[in-house]
Amino acid sequence: MASTAETILRKLPDANGHFGPYGGLFVAETLMGPLQDLREAYEKHLNDSDFLAELDADLRDYVGRPSPIYHAARLSRELGGAQIYLKREDLNHTGAHKVNNTVGQALLARRMGKSRIIAETGAGQHGVATATVAARLGLECVVYMGEVDVARQEANVYRMRLLGAEVVSVKSGSRTLKDALNEAMRDWVAHVDDTFYIIGTVAGPHPYPAMVRDFQAVIGREARVQIQQMTGRLPDALVACVGGGSNAIGLFYPFLDDREVAMYGVEAAGDGLATGRHAAPLCAGQPGVLHGNRTYLMEDRDGQIIETHSISAGLDYPGVGPEHAWLKDSGRASYDAVTDDEALEAFHRLTRTEGIIPALESSHAVAYAMRMAPTMSQDKVILLNLSGRGDKDMHTVAALEGLQI
Amino acid sequence: MSRIESRFATLRSRGRKALIPFVTAGDPQPSVTVPLLHAMVAAGADLIELGVPFSDPMADGPVIQRASERALEHHVSLRDVFRMVQEFRRTDRDTPVVLMGYLNPVEVLGYADFARQAEEAGVDGVLTVDLPPEESGALLASLQSSGIDPIFLVAPTTSDERIRRICAVASGFVYYVSIKGVTGASNLDLGVVAEKLEHIRVATELPVGVGFGIKDAVTAAQVAELADAVIVGSALVKRIEELADRPQAVAKEVGKLIAGMRHSMDAQPEVAA
Repeated sequence: MASTAETILRKLPDANGHFGPYGGLFVAETLMGPLQDLREAYEKHLNDSDFLAELDADLRDYVGRPSPIYHAARLSRELGGAQIYLKREDLNHTGAHKVNNTVGQALLARRMGKSRIIAETGAGQHGVATATVAARLGLECVVYMGEVDVARQEANVYRMRLLGAEVVSVKSGSRTLKDALNEAMRDWVAHVDDTFYIIGTVAGPHPYPAMVRDFQAVIGREARVQIQQMTGRLPDALVACVGGGSNAIGLFYPFLDDREVAMYGVEAAGDGLATGRHAAPLCAGQPGVLHGNRTYLMEDRDGQIIETHSISAGLDYPGVGPEHAWLKDSGRASYDAVTDDEALEAFHRLTRTEGIIPALESSHAVAYAMRMAPTMSQDKVILLNLSGRGDKDMHTVAALEGLQI
Repeated sequence: MSRIESRFATLRSRGRKALIPFVTAGDPQPSVTVPLLHAMVAAGADLIELGVPFSDPMADGPVIQRASERALEHHVSLRDVFRMVQEFRRTDRDTPVVLMGYLNPVEVLGYADFARQAEEAGVDGVLTVDLPPEESGALLASLQSSGIDPIFLVAPTTSDERIRRICAVASGFVYYVSIKGVTGASNLDLGVVAEKLEHIRVATELPVGVGFGIKDAVTAAQVAELADAVIVGSALVKRIEELADRPQAVAKEVGKLIAGMRHSMDAQPEVAA
């Protein structure tokens, strides 16, 4: 019975973009036509060998794929339990997994004849990855970013501007990622004819959750082969951080049919789930509708979306991709949360033991693996998606130590 | 016959077009709303569109976003909106009220409870901006069993096939979004509107209202020549924003704007060839 359910899991979403009760198409009428066009273009090109060959070449020559898997032997030894392997998405061009998706969507945009690219960004990684591909393809690029995030991710704002993108500081609502997404949607409604909206995560209206997943699934496809070459078998557990959830779904998806592989998504517990100051809708939210899809949300009892908190801007989002909502309900994946303090501790620990400075987002996954590993025997294998590098977080971490850099 | 249907029937028999103002419930503060609704009716409004505040109004421009933010500072919830409609109904049994908002507050309340409470309060129609017909099955069933008209949007990007699909489930009236953009944008092209309305009228006998981008009495009159109803939102909400620190003046000042539009819409066209 479980295997039937899992076979179905890999076939989702259905034709209308549903993952069980989640996902779907909840947008104003003006966007229904453009989303239909996008769906058709995407389905066509996903089965077009020219498109796929171009994508593969870009991922190899421009992004630097495949990214390696690294055995964090010293960290594993210190923890005294399971062996931790890192899928090194931090080594990609632009420093995170985000570029896998922007390369794919930008190629699609060009094939659809769109001359202008827009995007939303939280930590700025998706914004940088979008500005990067737009620069390369000579497309106009506008990135929406909450005012709060603009302030805490200054370096990435500068990178985007260097790349020729216009960065719009969004001052509405909570002035973070969700508001940047609202503003990008408004831009898209007003410029549907010439504009392609590159959403950075597996959320939004159909087909975005499926499309972004398919572009990110390269992570899991590579990792599934690499880990078997290195260890002779499949891993016991996958671990990835979850904001919107694109790096996690990218790793998880190719393993969904491997029943023996457990999957753990790690949300941001901020100051702690009990304080209410966190960004963990799967762990502490409830289902609702936002940004074009039905999923778990952080909301008050009137259905208003509430402000989230996380030390990492990339996880500071009140929703989550609908496929994660479905994986949670179906029991195929488990979701837990890690506080700011735990993530910071893991940030320093990985840096000192392995010489790898992780992004604060990815540090949440590292913290969870550090929690899990000692409870498992030494012959067990944890495969962790190190989704990004920490260069962008130097200011944040230094400021916590009272330093200005 | 629903209140919306009979209102349009009456208007048609008098050769008059409907004027539908939109305001956000609780903007700039909850005590303003009911007197404002009465003042708008007195000034010539035929139906009322009452906005339910939402934290993330994706389809709205800055003017209506800020209206939501002002209302949410007072924690105006759906329950409060129902109370306002109920109070309005005590002295006005004829003017239809349509709630316009986003799906999530409705989801939290539950479709059945939402429809029942809306009916009890005296709500006549519901327009859920981010709920296209494809996803609306369950809510439609609840609304229909409460006798509430589901109002749907048609946009410049809507194909004829989708127009038919939308009109098949809509009742009350059809809301044509006259521009590609958010509320309050100002690039209205009357020629394009006229052409699209023809396509809609092929698909339905329902009255067609036109909104988004109608900013003054002149545009209102021009649109009234084409459509059955003129929907005005941002132009009024902007005035409310200017008066946010003088809430006692809101009803009177917005009433003046409505009266100006009414007058302009009802004036005979200069020379009918």
